[in-house]
Order: sequence, then C-alpha cells, then structure tokens
Amino acid sequence: MHEQPMLSVRNLEKQFGPGCRMCKNPIGRQLEKNYCPHCRTVYACQNISFDLFPGEILGIVGESGSGKSTLMQCLYFDEELTAGEASINISDLDGENVFTLSNQQKRYIRNHYFGMVYQNPMKGLKMDFSAIGNIAEKLIAAGGRNVAEMEVIGKTLLEKVHIPLFRMKEEPRRFSGGMQQRVQIAKALSNQAPVLFLDEVTTGLDLSVQASVLDLIKKIQRELGISMIVVSHDLAVIRMLADRTLVMLNGAVVEEGLTDQILEDPQSPYTQQLVYSLL
Amino acid sequence: MTFLRIEGFGKKFNIAHLHQTIQAVEEINFSVDKGEFIGITGKSGSGKSTILKSIYRTYLPDEGRILFDSEKYGEVDLLKAEERQILYLRKYEIGYVSQFLNVMPRTTSRQLVEQSVLEMGKEPSIAKEEAEHVLSHFELDRKLWDTYPTTFSGGEKLRLNIAMAAVKKPRLLLLDEPTASLDHQSKLKVREVIEKLKADGTTLAGVFHDIEFMDGLCDKVFDMKLRKYTNAGAFI
Repeated sequence: MHEQPMLSVRNLEKQFGPGCRMCKNPIGRQLEKNYCPHCRTVYACQNISFDLFPGEILGIVGESGSGKSTLMQCLYFDEELTAGEASINISDLDGENVFTLSNQQKRYIRNHYFGMVYQNPMKGLKMDFSAIGNIAEKLIAAGGRNVAEMEVIGKTLLEKVHIPLFRMKEEPRRFSGGMQQRVQIAKALSNQAPVLFLDEVTTGLDLSVQASVLDLIKKIQRELGISMIVVSHDLAVIRMLADRTLVMLNGAVVEEGLTDQILEDPQSPYTQQLVYSLL
Repeated sequence: MTFLRIEGFGKKFNIAHLHQTIQAVEEINFSVDKGEFIGITGKSGSGKSTILKSIYRTYLPDEGRILFDSEKYGEVDLLKAEERQILYLRKYEIGYVSQFLNVMPRTTSRQLVEQSVLEMGKEPSIAKEEAEHVLSHFELDRKLWDTYPTTFSGGEKLRLNIAMAAVKKPRLLLLDEPTASLDHQSKLKVREVIEKLKADGTTLAGVFHDIEFMDGLCDKVFDMKLRKYTNAGAFI
C-alpha cells in the first residue's frame, strides 16, 4: 500500500541561538534538556520527521517546553526554521520543499492550504474586529472578494461552531474563552484548507465546552476529511481524537505509534512515565 | 488459507524504571477458521488479553507472526503491517470490544453507533438506519437510544460497545473479557448477543473469565496453560 501523505516533514530543526562548538554537532551534543549551558542556545526542535495522511488526525503530546508549539509554528511559517524540509501533496507543489519557497508563496500556502488554531486566541484572532469580520479576513486573504458570499460562509461557519448569529457582529474580546476558541476554529475552517494545525485547543476550557470542541473536531474530520495535527499535553484529548501520535521530549520525537498503542504499550521510558502519570 | 493464524507468538514488556523485561506470553500457536468462535482461557495474568491486544496491535508484539486473511490486503502479518494498514483494518475488518466503554463525551448511544458507520464513509441516512437496526437487534432499551452512556449499567454499556463494533460488520471481532463484572442476567443477555453475531457468520476470538460462559458457545477453546486447544467444556 502506498498512500501519498498530505504533508511530509523531514529532519526539521529549530534552534534559538547561534550554537557553539560544544553543541553544533548533533552527535555527542551535551545539552541540559534542550539547552546548551555554554552558549545558551535552545534546540527547540531536533530532527523531526513525520507524515500526515489525508483525513488523519495526528496527535503530538509532550510536556511544556518539549517543542510542540514551536514545531506547529514552523510548519505554519510563523517561525523561520533552522533546517529541514516539508512537502504538501497539492498538484502544483508536489515534492517541493515548502520552506525554501518565497515569502509570497508561503503566504499563499498559508492562506489557501493551511488553517491554524492557536492555544491563545489573541494570536489567532483580531480582538477588535467582529467575529464575522475575522472570518472575512481569512477569506479575503484566500482570494474572496464577494461580500455577500463571504457573509453566507461566515454565518454557516459560526453556526457550525455554535456561536449565536445575533452576536456575530461583536468583537471576540467580548466573548468567553470557549467562544473565542470556537471563532478561531471557524476562521481556520473558512478557507477549506486541507490541513489544520490545532495547538492546545481545549486547554483551559471547561469540561462542557471542551466536549463540544472535541465533538466539533471529530465532525470536521468525518465530514470534510481534513487532515489535522492536534497538539495537546492532555492524553485524554489525544486518546479521543488522534489516530496516531508522536511523543516529544526536549525537542525530539521519542516515540510514535498508534494512539492506543502509545497509551497501553508505551516503549520509551519517557512515554511510560507519562502514561503512569495519567489519572 | 486459514483466516487467522498465530505462529510462535510472544510478547515482552520492557519496564524502564525497573530495567526489567517481563515475558508476558511465549510460543503461542493456534489458528481460527472463518466463521469460527474461539475462546481463550487461562488464569488472570496468563496473557489472554495480551494475545487479543496484539492482534489488534494495541500492543506491539515482538515474536512470531499473526497472519490475517484480509479482504483488502490478502494475507497480512499483523505484527509487521504498517500503522495506516492497521487503521484501515480496524475501520473495516477487525473489531475490538472490551468491558470498558471509552467514547466521545456527551454523545448519545445512537450517535455513537451512527458515527461508527459514518467513519466507514457511508451516507448519514444509511448510518441512521443501520444504527437503529443494530441497537434493536442487540436489545438496547429504546429509551436509552438518545441518552448518554455515562449513566448506563454495566450490561447496557457493554451491549452498546458491542453494537458499535458489530454495526461495522467486521470480519473478525475480538472480545476482551466482555462479561467481566456483569451479573448473571446481563451475562445471559450478552451471550444471546454473541450468539447472534455468530449466527451472522462473524469470526470471533474471545477471552473469558468464566468457563461456564464459554461452554457450548465456543467452537474451540485454547488453554493458555497447556498452550493448545482443549475441547470446549471438558477442561475443568
């Protein structure tokens, strides 16, 4: 079986700092966690490779500081990465390393093929635009010009994420955290991107809102066949959502496998500790 | 070709914090023909569930082969199959039922069963129809169809669990102690449910605690201690 991945990432590296002779060579690198005590360089992502298949939810777990969010931000072009390759299975981009494309092309990919939901809604939303205006912003970036059409799309999406339409003209800063998160999801869905990045989407939400967000994500996967990367430190969330899971520690992937296998037969010492800690 | 063949199967667990390896099972050999129901019996801790979980690949097995006659892939060794293949097989060909119900929060029984069908890419109208059919087939009280399973009794949860797996009409269904912690009445109900599955031609492999339950239900019983088949009912 040779299924073509939707997104393929190879040897992704991201460091903050110049590196020194003690840490530049990945072999024999002496780090404290992901940090070089000599030059204070942080190796946030180290040699990360994975495939994301069509319609799949890939989970990424790991403690805070393990590099999960940095990885997402590199993939969404928020952060310049240090080295690595990624290709998307879209006809006109087939096989090309998206990280070496021009900024304009990256913006195009971001606007047309990617959607992102940040852990912090402040990052993903313009808090002073209306909820529907936020969705319109993404639609305009993706080439939308017909206002009436965009309004219909915006309304449909807000309904889908259970934001009452009589509040669609309000600014998200007037919304609760859960509502902001759902507006972010609507915004991320608006350009019908085939790849969605979800960074700790349910963290900090109360159980009831969390349940509806989880249900929404599952529904999106089922009905739209969108591929998603879901980052969470909550194993229960990962168990509910992800088909396969990567476990990250100190910037590196220490284990990957089917989600239930990771939880019931963890192989690496770190994953074992993580699973033993589960309530 | 045999439907499911297990050859020289073994599984170890590495316990990192003890720097120890525990051999859970070793040298298991048996085979199951299509439409058969095989029961696996043995003491608790003898590795019964390990076998089922390894077939389903919840456990990463490390010795031997587990050959499954897949409709899509032909003969596959489940030990070596790619993760994406396993996910496909779980969706369309192999089901797994345990005594625990682990499902999306705030989702009704009906929705859960429908989602099992939708997952296979079928239309919502068909999903609705098949869900209703399987829920009544397995006699889940109609009053419970639109309620959340959190408050169900053990027997009700289990029947829902089986319904979710059975609605996909898997070619192989793995039953992992489905009757543990059920009272006698509920067990009888579950037995009826399993008899119905068997009558439908599903191949079943099950781990059961109580031997009486398996009596007359299984075509073959594999004894973990003897590491071979014994006649069903005649091994106490």
